Amino acid sequence: MAVPRFWREVSSRYNLIGTKCGSCGTVDFPPRVVCPKCGRRSVGRMQKLKLAGKGTVVSFTIIHDAPEAFELMKPYVLAIVELDEGARVTSQIIDVENEQVKIGMRVESAFRKLGSEGEAGVIHYGYKFRPEM
Amino acid sequence: MREVAVIGVGETQFGELWDKSFRDLGIEAGLRAVQDAGITTENIDAVYVGNMSAGRLIDQEHVSALVADYSGLSDMHLPTTRVEGGGACGALAILQGWAAVASGLHEIVVVGAAEKMTDVGEVKAMEILTATADQEWESVFGATIPGLFAMMARRHMYEYATTREQIASVAVKNHRHGALNPNAQFQKEITLESVLKAPRVAEPLGLFDAAPLSDGAAALVLCPLEKARRFQDTPVRILGSGQASDTVALHDRRDLTTMDATVVAGKRAFHAAQKTPADIQLAEVHDNFTITEIMAIEDLRFVKKGQGGPATEEGQTTLGSRIAVNTSGGLKARGMPVGATGVAQAVEIVRQLRGEGGKRQVQNAEIGLTHTLGGTGATAVVHLFGRVN
Repeated sequence: MAVPRFWREVSSRYNLIGTKCGSCGTVDFPPRVVCPKCGRRSVGRMQKLKLAGKGTVVSFTIIHDAPEAFELMKPYVLAIVELDEGARVTSQIIDVENEQVKIGMRVESAFRKLGSEGEAGVIHYGYKFRPEM
Repeated sequence: MREVAVIGVGETQFGELWDKSFRDLGIEAGLRAVQDAGITTENIDAVYVGNMSAGRLIDQEHVSALVADYSGLSDMHLPTTRVEGGGACGALAILQGWAAVASGLHEIVVVGAAEKMTDVGEVKAMEILTATADQEWESVFGATIPGLFAMMARRHMYEYATTREQIASVAVKNHRHGALNPNAQFQKEITLESVLKAPRVAEPLGLFDAAPLSDGAAALVLCPLEKARRFQDTPVRILGSGQASDTVALHDRRDLTTMDATVVAGKRAFHAAQKTPADIQLAEVHDNFTITEIMAIEDLRFVKKGQGGPATEEGQTTLGSRIAVNTSGGLKARGMPVGATGVAQAVEIVRQLRGEGGKRQVQNAEIGLTHTLGGTGATAVVHLFGRVN
């Protein structure tokens, strides 16, 4: 992914910044301009919200056929995590044996290298999840 | 709105077609459909082309004009339009063609769809397919299309006690059907054991749970129903269609085990056609992975939610049972030229309704359905086709 494209989203990828709808209270991640629940009423009323980064595994897979950029990580666990505030994210699960990951498992976010760009090696950082301490 | 009929169908062989280019495939399918319809190229008023990613797969954009050009239509200066919606391009192109004829904008329309996937390596082709998911919030974290469908499978197993064997039985059935289709990429039966023991791609799914990356094309000729018999003795009517969308990222969906886009597109199509799921004798549903077919037959209400696994294992969706699902072999065995899928599915349904199903003919087929997905279900399109008696 091109460097500027990654850089534009760093605040959410580094700090888990989402939005809370000022109309209905729904929490979204990444930030949204319009709330999917209440539409036009929410425009201009979406508030930035830092998510605590704690949540529960909703589903997961162990990836064996990986894209080129992830070749060195395979096999790795990819999961959908439901954050305690309500929003869901797709992320890797780390610091645990692949076979130990279960649906319902409690996890917390960790700041990690996600990958790098081309041979120059510009590093992308962001969140992964690990078992809750 | 006018009633619309399919008066011609054509398709290529599906597979790794090293000796055929994108334009070769498009022309071949298109000319077959034109020939089948008994029209001449001078009769054509417009062309719609379904294609997902020629830009990245063969580095060629602007493929609608290109295919028309090399089909010998350039002097007619026809309106040609490319339609894109992930894997649902072909089904969307049919909808555009239908709307053009139904509204009176055009009389005779060719709907073609083609994809050339094997000019790039498999890893690259998978990355291009994964671009139908959310690049910013899924792919960048290591998500792949197989991985996302695997998470649906895992959750389906968790919520409905669907077994690995039930999921695998989709592949066994579709290969059995594909073995009867001379245009299928895989014309070979496989065993349940071979599916279960295949190399793992994204657990719990393995290589034999996944459709192949294929080259191929398919085409239809559409015209107003009232004129159909001038060209074709056995026209097939488009009874009704439905299209729906959903969140692009899987994690934003209401339920990982139900594709709401399929549910809504299905309801819209059944409503438009004034039919119910019980009226359908055969269906071509999107089986890019085994789990996808299980979810599709549930979401289209052919079986109750959660019963897709047992129903498939018991043979309720096999040729000769109450509803024959994926008689062509589906994406799994016929092949998955991704953007061409929707039109290839329609070609199979039309052939069956005309009684031209050969060894895989569904007896007394009156009404058939196609179901096509884009991405992990952010787009779904359902068409109902019926025999004209």
